[in-house]
Amino acid sequence: MLLIENITKTFFPGTVNERVALNNVSLQLNTGDFVTVIGSNGAGKSTLLNMISGKLPIDSGDLSIDGSSVKRMPDYARAAYVGRVFQDPMAGTAPDLSIEQNLALALRRGQRRGLSWGVTHKRRAFFREELLSLELGLENRLKARVGLLSGGQRQALSLLMASFTQPRILLLDEHTAALDPQRAELVTTLTESIVAKHNLTTLMVTHNMEQALRLGNRLVMMHEGQIILDVDAKRKATMTVPDLLAEFAKIKGASLDDRALLG
Amino acid sequence: MNAALELGLLYGIMALGVYLTFRILNFPDLTVDGSFTTGAAVAASLIINGVPAPLATLAGAAAGAVAGLVTGVLYTKGRIDGLLAGILTMIALWSINLRIMGKSNLPLLREDTLMTPLRDAGLLGGAWSILIFAVAALIIKFAIDWFLSTDLGLSIQATGNNEQMIRSLGVNTHRTTILTLAISNGLVALCGALIAQYQGFADVSMGIGLILVGLASVIVGQAVFGRRNIFLASLAVIGGAVIYRLVIFFALGAGLNPNDMKLISALLVVAALLLPRWGILKRIPSLRQMRSNAAGSASYSKAN
Repeated sequence: MLLIENITKTFFPGTVNERVALNNVSLQLNTGDFVTVIGSNGAGKSTLLNMISGKLPIDSGDLSIDGSSVKRMPDYARAAYVGRVFQDPMAGTAPDLSIEQNLALALRRGQRRGLSWGVTHKRRAFFREELLSLELGLENRLKARVGLLSGGQRQALSLLMASFTQPRILLLDEHTAALDPQRAELVTTLTESIVAKHNLTTLMVTHNMEQALRLGNRLVMMHEGQIILDVDAKRKATMTVPDLLAEFAKIKGASLDDRALLG
Repeated sequence: MNAALELGLLYGIMALGVYLTFRILNFPDLTVDGSFTTGAAVAASLIINGVPAPLATLAGAAAGAVAGLVTGVLYTKGRIDGLLAGILTMIALWSINLRIMGKSNLPLLREDTLMTPLRDAGLLGGAWSILIFAVAALIIKFAIDWFLSTDLGLSIQATGNNEQMIRSLGVNTHRTTILTLAISNGLVALCGALIAQYQGFADVSMGIGLILVGLASVIVGQAVFGRRNIFLASLAVIGGAVIYRLVIFFALGAGLNPNDMKLISALLVVAALLLPRWGILKRIPSLRQMRSNAAGSASYSKAN
């Protein structure tokens, strides 16, 4: 499905600000995998998502979806395979367009956009049905401007727009971090049910360890541009937040020791 | 007065073009000053060389579309700031327009133009020609309304509204930007071609300051008529163009110097942008919406 091979990304190479964001990262996702990614600030989580979505070019290494390399594909072309929800609830929707217009845009993901009507009766019925699953009452507000919705509603809509065409890969970039706890819980629950409904191959970055353990069948921990821990479904099921913290401290300590020895 | 209405409706086509870039694409496109004249120049020289007027008019529009395309390519592929890209094309077009025309003024008085049948029938300056021009402007307005609600049109609206989002949904925003600039300048050039035939000549300087007329039409029209949806917004733009002509008509009637008209246009735009931010005017709802837009375009130009 998604195969990441030895990806490296350095920001500002050759300057005093040089920073290695990803250092030889490899990761394989099988169809239906739901992987949660945790790690401290600057661990390279967001950079990893930006590499996959094509927002930033890869320095070296390869990236393939369904066996074919997408490394040289621009972001808008890769969007045919990759759906994405951003951290900022404002980022995933067009505020001046209506709910149904936003959904019509998302419906044509990766397809040619021609001169047929964007919102038809048939599509509207489909949108209504999909919005019903969010249980936010948005199905009765199809013509409302998205800019009028709350952050939580917009993020739920973004999630729907990123997923309902069933892209090969769904990327979630701390998509609950900017919401208040109640809304975050709502979007988390929705994420769980939408991913399960379409059996989407998903990569979710989060700061919330509890969420990382609760969702998905696999957990990956990143630190300083590397994947330092990869927990499979069986072990993840029994893991607790203190376990995770202990693991992090252990590995971090080890890497520090290595450096001390090398230095 | 009738002439002002006629001119307003004709200039409404140009204002619709400016609306596409300024409001829909969120792009301040200065190409307009040049492409308007390009449309007039191409149409006028073709008509003088015996090409039928309808064909010459379409050729003028097509030439304007090419100018928009150039600005779009400079902005997207060349990564040149939007304002500068427009200025570059506009300045270059000055020379190109002179080349097309061969001299700085081309009279069309004895040629067969689109206006000749109207003039011969004695309709110009009367209710019938106003009606005909209104229908023409409305046909283009409805075509734009339709276009913007297609899959392609929606992706153009989204390009101006949230570029990151629409790219993540698989739209090449370079392509939508270039396409919109081409359509916009095509409309502006079409207007130029029509105005040249209406007034009976093409002049190399006829496009100077036109962007302000376009902006004034869009801003004033939408302040007066609102912009709740595309249908109203595009209608308001035509209304704005008519209001603008009427303002000019009455200003001249009141004895103002025609040479001061550009200054008055600039002041009108500044007033339309600033007034909604002040005092009691804030309470007028349609103006309140504009205020947030004025603030929006201010932060837009800062971000660029």
